[in-house]
Amino acid sequence: MSQLEGLRVMFGAAPRKPVVVTPEAKQVHSLKRMTKADFEALKQHARDHNLVTHKWRNRRWAVLLLVNLLFTFSFWLDIQMLEGALTASRLVGFHLIDLNSALQVMLAHKHIIVNLFIGTATVFVIWALLGGRSFCSWVCPYHLLAEWFEWLHLVLVARKRVSDHEFHRGVRAVFWVVFALLAMSTGYTVFETLSPTGILSRALIYGPSLALGWVLLLLVFEVVYSRRAWCRYVCPIGLTYGMVGSISPLRIEYRLEKCFHEGDCRKVCLVPHVLDVVIKGRAAALHTPIGPDCTRCGLCVDVCPSGALVFTVKGLDRLL
Amino acid sequence: MKNQPSTEQGNDAPDAEPVAQPPASGRRAPVRAQSTRRKFIRSAFMVGGVLGLAMLGYIPVASASRSRLRPPGALEESDLLSSCIKCGQCVQVCPVAAIRLDDMASGFGLGVPYIDARAQACDFSCDAVQCILACPTGSLTYRKPASLATRAGMPLAHAPVLKAKEMDAEPTLNLAERIGVARLSRPDACLAVQGRSFSGLARGADHLGRLRDVAVDRWKPIALRDHPYERDLCNLCVSECPIKDAITMNETIAEDGSKHYRPQVLEQCVGCGVCEMICPVDPAAIVVEPRQPWRA
Repeated sequence: MSQLEGLRVMFGAAPRKPVVVTPEAKQVHSLKRMTKADFEALKQHARDHNLVTHKWRNRRWAVLLLVNLLFTFSFWLDIQMLEGALTASRLVGFHLIDLNSALQVMLAHKHIIVNLFIGTATVFVIWALLGGRSFCSWVCPYHLLAEWFEWLHLVLVARKRVSDHEFHRGVRAVFWVVFALLAMSTGYTVFETLSPTGILSRALIYGPSLALGWVLLLLVFEVVYSRRAWCRYVCPIGLTYGMVGSISPLRIEYRLEKCFHEGDCRKVCLVPHVLDVVIKGRAAALHTPIGPDCTRCGLCVDVCPSGALVFTVKGLDRLL
Repeated sequence: MKNQPSTEQGNDAPDAEPVAQPPASGRRAPVRAQSTRRKFIRSAFMVGGVLGLAMLGYIPVASASRSRLRPPGALEESDLLSSCIKCGQCVQVCPVAAIRLDDMASGFGLGVPYIDARAQACDFSCDAVQCILACPTGSLTYRKPASLATRAGMPLAHAPVLKAKEMDAEPTLNLAERIGVARLSRPDACLAVQGRSFSGLARGADHLGRLRDVAVDRWKPIALRDHPYERDLCNLCVSECPIKDAITMNETIAEDGSKHYRPQVLEQCVGCGVCEMICPVDPAAIVVEPRQPWRA
């Protein structure tokens, strides 16, 4: 997926078939037109050698819990490693400020002090290196809760008790713009009033609040009405980090030659539109980096039975 | 595996996702159009719903249903709400845990720090106004930019002298404005006005408040419930006030020769709320009026 196409899809457009396909990719596409028996045999072979694990999911959950507990214990035990909350903090004294929160404050207050700038720049560099939306899946506490409730949603869907109602993905871009305009015009950081990320982070550190009721309401909505609705269609934090991640060297890469087009990856993905490339015939090249909206959560890497999706760092291939 | 010669490339990129509906004429298009339309309407409702909920946060702010006492160095209320990033670093550094974060009932004030002086006042145990030092966005600040609003009566005439630091080389607090001002709101209930004594725990055995007492330990605030007071004439608001020349006990002698007393708040009052916390009368006879300017 080209950079521009990735951005286009992140802002809500539907993925398109590629116009230019490299000769190598064309060859692989055509090689894959074989008999069903051949295909099944090959698939079984690949399956035998690549058992589905939860490696990346477990690593990710461990990191997410560790980061959030570090906040909590820095305050509770007064170890002062990571003071503050996810919106703004100090890591052994160095300012870290969440990009979206910083944006809201800058737009609302229209006055930027040095510490705010330093913290924002530091976090920008960190997430530009680490993949942008990897903030979502590796740090955001709401992501973890939503992931657990998503499991409940999928169980209920399988039993035909509820069904998933999709929204247009473009509304997330609309929300991003509207929240920015609201901050600028009203002078209040309107989004922060609703942000489950901030609410949960503060609740973990400073104790429970009434606002947790709102978070619970969101989770219930996601279970009974629309799968992962907040992360997929609303949260401007995700879009902010997505824009940062568009320049990141750390991403998931798709390997056409190893793919059997079974679609398991798209079923577990929070943002399946980024995996449009795995549909048979869609890959324009042998190796394709997944677009900026990808949260680098690794669920697709774990679930792929034939190792067609891998973590890569641009320029440092096969490091991970 | 069978290697087909790659001659059939004219037909590459086959449609991978089979369409569920039969490609029968006339039927497919309306169904798809209908579902697209539904999705669009659903999305529009969600945008309206989420934004509507978000804007509900304006109601508590506009109606000013609660006037919160903010931490020292806080900007004017509207500037504070726009600049606070709701991280609670001020909460973390306060040695007496006077600062709390507001909840959803305060609307846009969610996550913004405040002080409930009756429960735990700011007693400047930290010496240096640590919460201001911790603030990453300048919501709490030693010196605010000239472009931001300052109301008359908010700036202090001179830097407040901290009684606990009186013997230090630099006895003042780096604080330019008050956060409120104390007022004897119920003079009839005041023990001093009634000429009464006080002995025992100022706030009872259940109160969790702490207060710095330099005579006991400069660096460790004492728990009020462990520290009984003994006064022939109750003067706790005057004696426990951490700021020099912020409050005094007025003594007047009536024509019949009897003495009358009344605590009097002076212009150096910063609005820290210690007098409100320590007042043994319930509800307190002296309270801090949050964000109110000094009026002579």
